[in-house]
Amino acid sequence: MRKILTRGALTLAFLAGPALAAGGGGFKLLDTHFKFEGPLGTYDYAAVQRGFQVYKEKCAACHSMSLLSYRNLRDIGLSEAAVKAIAADVMVDDIDDKGAKVERPGRPSDRFRSPFANEAAARAANNGASPPDLSLIVKARVDGARYVYSLMQGYDDMAKASAADRAIMDGYAKKATGDAKATFAMATGRNFNTHFPGMQIAMPQPLRDGDVTYVDGTKNDLPQLSKDLVSFLAWASEPKMEERKNTGVKVIIFMLILAGLMYAVKRKVWAGVH
Amino acid sequence: MSSSQGAPAFTNPIVKWIDRRLPIFTFMHHEYGVFPTPRNFNYWWSFGGIAMVMLITMIVTGIVLAMNYTPHVDFAFDSVERIMRDVNYGWLLRYLHVNGASFFFIAVFIHIFRGLYYGSYKNPRELLWILGVVILLLMMATAFMGYVLPWGQMSFWGATVITNLFSALPVIGDPIVTLLWGGFSVDNPTLNRFFSLHYLLPFVIVGVVVLHVTAMHVAGSNNPIGIDPKGPQDTLPFSPYYVTKDGFAVVAFLLVYLAFVFFAPDFFGEPENYVKADRLVTPPHIVPEWYFLPFYAILRAVPDKLGGVLAMFGAILVLFVLPWLDTARVRSARFRPIYKWFFWLLVVDCFVLGYCGANPPEGYFIPLSRVATLYYFAHFLVILPVLGKIERPLPLPNSIAESVLGGARK
Ligand code: HEC
Ligand code: HEM
Repeated sequence: MRKILTRGALTLAFLAGPALAAGGGGFKLLDTHFKFEGPLGTYDYAAVQRGFQVYKEKCAACHSMSLLSYRNLRDIGLSEAAVKAIAADVMVDDIDDKGAKVERPGRPSDRFRSPFANEAAARAANNGASPPDLSLIVKARVDGARYVYSLMQGYDDMAKASAADRAIMDGYAKKATGDAKATFAMATGRNFNTHFPGMQIAMPQPLRDGDVTYVDGTKNDLPQLSKDLVSFLAWASEPKMEERKNTGVKVIIFMLILAGLMYAVKRKVWAGVH
Repeated sequence: MSSSQGAPAFTNPIVKWIDRRLPIFTFMHHEYGVFPTPRNFNYWWSFGGIAMVMLITMIVTGIVLAMNYTPHVDFAFDSVERIMRDVNYGWLLRYLHVNGASFFFIAVFIHIFRGLYYGSYKNPRELLWILGVVILLLMMATAFMGYVLPWGQMSFWGATVITNLFSALPVIGDPIVTLLWGGFSVDNPTLNRFFSLHYLLPFVIVGVVVLHVTAMHVAGSNNPIGIDPKGPQDTLPFSPYYVTKDGFAVVAFLLVYLAFVFFAPDFFGEPENYVKADRLVTPPHIVPEWYFLPFYAILRAVPDKLGGVLAMFGAILVLFVLPWLDTARVRSARFRPIYKWFFWLLVVDCFVLGYCGANPPEGYFIPLSRVATLYYFAHFLVILPVLGKIERPLPLPNSIAESVLGGARK
């Protein structure tokens, strides 16, 4: 048994390279600027709130965000009452005084409710692919913010692919099968998405123009919805980012002054020596 | 400040009382106060002290992390995220620890290459050097096991690939793997023992560091021109001269380290490790932490598994015998016109190996990593022994003082 595992793991490690090459490259991610980028960037909380709405309405049916609790939504500027109402909207499993399983309305201290009871149920409902938890998705992908932003807009009609695109797609197929004549073909239950590694994703297009209506009247075309959504997912990946950057500025200033002082002391001490 | 070698006259009665019974103050005074230190150190000599500061940083942040961490396959990943989200300044602790490991290695690698350039491993410092290589090995073991603790995809698959390597060894291979795993695959027992050892090894490192520093205080420090101090005019008391110089270097180094902690904390990390370990999903590209990449490249450069493992360990083991491989009598590369070039070639070679280790073993990376591996070993096993015999060193200065004060400094 171990021999098999051993061999398997090593072979996987050594074959891993080509698989990556098959996944990366190809279509460039869409470009956009997020306010939270850069050493001093901060979250745009209006966008984060709108993004939460998008998640709640369009993604929560399939994707859990189990690292978040409803109370965390206070940090993006929602009122206590609003958080309570959002939590109370879902039913969560619990155990009553007599030990019986019950369902009760959620409280702010509850974790975001997961849509599926377990991984098997999630797979069964999604063509055998399980929708990943989104709590850390922006950190868990290379250039995560831009990647999710592009993924949302990467659904396309395969028939319309240009000759150059075709060549890239066939390249994937060649790498994946090791057959120099292989051409790209969609598997059943998969959707064509130019930004997903391998270009075939089990998730049907989850977001389209006008899918979510914002109360504040912000426009709701696909790029805007995607951008707001990513703002929310980025905040969820690192809620302490602003604290980190703010502390960092103070620490760096302190260290610069300390370095200056240390250098002056060193110069003074060494003045007589050389 | 007196630089006499006798016991200092302490005025504080408590210090006096203690020192009569346990002379720790006299010891500190001799070894760090008046310790005669070559007067010509450049800043490359600060990296030993910097590495020490990083070791302490790792231990302090590690102990506090351990108060909040759960070594169980079902909870480890979430407990690390709880540290990031709910523990007060937990994000800071973790980012200090994660980036601290990288900067600890940066400091130690620079420290090692400093030794290579200035011939610090030569008589009478062979043991001092060997203890340093032991520290490097212990650090690698510690960092490898630490990386398993957050139980992300790279933690799990990295652990699987690396522990499996031991199975290539004949006879002892399989028992070693079973001991590492505590079962039939990387699983909960593995995580538990790795956590236990990850807590233990840093203190073993502290022990070896004490020996390393003791050996240094016996042999005395080497210096940029590699000739021994001949008298008081060649040295300065450690305090205040090197306390202030190393102090500045430490602060400057920490400044860069903290810039990463606060503004690019995931720079050295793999996004894949923010995905919880899943034994059914192999990540497309399994890579170790950056500080292992050159060794990983050597491992994969050899087309045979056992050969690869031996070459990888050999790459470090060869450092143990370096003092006897280098036949040159002159220490410092400043006076070795040819060695100087080979030193820089070795530096480049290590970067090339690192680059190969980070990339999939395909296309031109295969020949490149093979050539770089061969060159790495050739440097130690062929070039150094031969070079010592044929190279004509430049004339050495008469003394450190002369070289510092008499102008002409290279
Ligand atoms: C009908 C269920 C469903 C809905 C609704 C849905 N997804 Fe997915 N999603 C999936 C499945 C299934 C996968 C796994 C795809 C695969 O592995 O091929 C997935 C994968 C993903 C991934 C990971 C892609 C990768 O790189 O591995 C992201 C990001 C994602 N979804 C975001 C979203 C967002 C944002 C929304 C809401 C706008 C959303 N999804 C709505 C089912 C869904
Ligand atoms: C030689 C010194 C040390 C090195 C090089 C080192 C290295 C590492 C590394 C690379 C990680 C993985 C970090 C991550 O990716 O999340 C880690 C995690 C961890 N280390 Fe250490 N470590 C050292 C000392 C210690 C000590 C002394 C302790 C405490 C007892 C400790 C406790 C932990 C804990 C609890 C984790 C898991 C938390 C986490 O992953 O953030 N470490 N260590």
